[in-house]
Amino acid sequence: MSATVLASTFLQDPSFLDILYIVAFGLFIQGLRGLSGPTTAVRGNRIAAVGMAIAVIATLLNANEGNWALIVIGVVLGTAVGVPAARQVKMTAMPQMVALFNGVGGGAVFLISWSEFRLSDGFTATPTYIAIFSLFAAIVGSVSFWGSNIAFGKLQEIIPGRPITLGSSQQIVNLLLLLVAVACGVAIASGEHSEALFILMLVSAALLGNAVVFPIGGADMPVVISLLNAFTGLSAAATGIALNNPALIVAGMIVGASGTILTNLMATAMNRSIPAIVAGGFGGGGAVEGASGAGEHAGTVRSTSAADAAIQLAYANRVVIVPGYGMAVAQAQHAVRELTKELEKRQVEVSYAIHPVAGRMPGHMNVLLAEADVPYDQLKEMDDANPEFSRTDVSLVIGANDVTNPAAKNTPSSPIYGMPILEVADSHSVIVIKRSMNPGFAGIENELYYDPKTTMLFGDAKSAVSEITAELAHI
Amino acid sequence: MILASTLTTNLAILVLAGFIGFVVISKVPNTLHTPLMSGTNAIHGIVLLGGLLVVGLSGNGTFNKIILVIAITFGTINVVGGFLVTDRMLEMFKSKPKSAGEKDKQGKGS
Repeated sequence: MSATVLASTFLQDPSFLDILYIVAFGLFIQGLRGLSGPTTAVRGNRIAAVGMAIAVIATLLNANEGNWALIVIGVVLGTAVGVPAARQVKMTAMPQMVALFNGVGGGAVFLISWSEFRLSDGFTATPTYIAIFSLFAAIVGSVSFWGSNIAFGKLQEIIPGRPITLGSSQQIVNLLLLLVAVACGVAIASGEHSEALFILMLVSAALLGNAVVFPIGGADMPVVISLLNAFTGLSAAATGIALNNPALIVAGMIVGASGTILTNLMATAMNRSIPAIVAGGFGGGGAVEGASGAGEHAGTVRSTSAADAAIQLAYANRVVIVPGYGMAVAQAQHAVRELTKELEKRQVEVSYAIHPVAGRMPGHMNVLLAEADVPYDQLKEMDDANPEFSRTDVSLVIGANDVTNPAAKNTPSSPIYGMPILEVADSHSVIVIKRSMNPGFAGIENELYYDPKTTMLFGDAKSAVSEITAELAHI
Repeated sequence: MILASTLTTNLAILVLAGFIGFVVISKVPNTLHTPLMSGTNAIHGIVLLGGLLVVGLSGNGTFNKIILVIAITFGTINVVGGFLVTDRMLEMFKSKPKSAGEKDKQGKGS
C-alpha cells in the first residue's frame, strides 16, 4: 500500500512531469527530422507518436481523479471517430482528411480557451498576459476550425469548389470581422468580464474563418490547409503559455513554424504570395475570363480512341505521364502502373512528371503512385521534368488540368498567369484523358486542349487507361 | 516577479521552438509535403493535454464539462487520426522495393 502511495507521489512530482514533457518534445523534434526524408519518414512519424503517448500519459498521471469519467468519455469518443476515419479514408481523400483533423484541433483550442474564461469568471484574477495568450488562442483556433471545415467541405465537394466571394467588399468584410474579434479580445484583456463579448469574439472569428476560405478555389487550396495547420499550431502554443505547459508550447510552436515554412514553400512553387491567396483566391473574375477565353478556341478539339492512343504510345520512344486529380478520383493509379509495365515491355521509356501541387495537395500524386508500386526514380519533379518534354514523343495527361495550362505562361490576363506549369505543350504530341471538357478546379479553360498536337480521350481515367492497356496487348 | 519569470521562460521556449521548427523543415522534398503536413497536423493535436489539464481544475460547471469533453474528443481525433493517417501514407512510400531495389536508398530528393 505504502509503495503505491510512494510511487504515485513520485509520478505526480511536478519536476518528474516536466521531465516527461521534455522527453516528449525531444521525440517530436527527432520525429519531425525523420519526416523530412523518404527513408526515415515512417520511423519519424512513429517516434513523434511515442512522444505524444508519453505526454498524454504524463498528463493523465496528474489528472484530477474526480474527472476520469469525462476524460474517458472524450478519449473513447475521439478514438471511435478518429481511428475508423483514418483507417478507411481512401488515399485520394487524404487532403480533406488532413483538413478535417486540423479543424478539430483548432476546435479543441478555442473550446479550451472558452472553458478557461468561464472557470476564471472572465479572467477576473488572471494575469493579463495569460488572458492575452488565451484570447489569441481562442481567435486563431476558431478561425482554423471553421476555415478547415470549409476547406474540407470544398474538397469533399459538399460545398462548390469554385471561389464564392462577396465581390469587392470581401476584403472590407474580412477586415471588419478581424477588427471586431480583436476589439472584443482587447476589451476582455483590459478588464471586461462579459461572456457575451467572448462569444461575440468567437463568432466573429468563426465568420472570418468562413469568409477567408469560401473565396479560395483552385490550386490555392493546399496552401490554405497548410496555413491553417500552422495557425492551429500557433494557437496550441498560445494555449501552452496560458496553461504554463512546456510540451504544448514546444509542439505547438514547432508546428506553427514548420507549417509556415511549408506554406511558404508551396506558395513559392505556385508563384503566389500568401497575402494574395488569403485576400481572395483567384477572385470572382477567374471563371468569367476563362469562359471568354474559351470562345476563341471553340470547335478545334480533336478526340481520339483508346486504340489510336495505344498505337501512338506503343511506337513512342519516350512517354511522360502527367497525373492529376482526375487520376486520384478515378482510383486509376494501379491501372496506370499496368499501362506503364506494358509500355516498358515494348522498350518505351516511361517516366512521371509530378507538379508540386498536382491533385489537391503537394505530394498527393506521389502518395498514390507509391501505393501502386511505381518506382521512386520514375517520378520526376517539375524542374527536372520540364527540360525533358521537348525530347518526349507522347505526353499522357491523366486528369491533370490547371497544372498543364499554357495560359500560365502565355496569357498575362489569365488568373493563373505566373504559376509554374508542366510544359507538356513542348512535347511532340499530347494525349489528354479527361471526363469532359469541363474546366478544372480553378474554373479556367485550358488552351492545351485546343493545341493541334493534342488529342483528347474522353472518359473515366481508370477505364480509359485500362482500355489503352488492353488495346496495347493486340498490337 | 515569479509570474514575470514564468512568462520569460515560456517566451524563450517559444522562440527557440520556433527556430527549431524552421530549421528542421527547411529542406523537405516535394514528395513528402502531404505526409509532412499530416504529421505536423497530428503533433498539434497535443492541445488534447490542454483539455485534460483544464478538466482537472476544480469548479467546472455542467456546461464547462460539456465543452471540455468535446475539446478532449476533438483533441483525441486530431492525435489518433493524424498519426494513423500519416503512418498509412508513409507505409506506401516504403513498399516499393520490388523494381527499384538498391536504388531505393538514393531517393532522398535534393
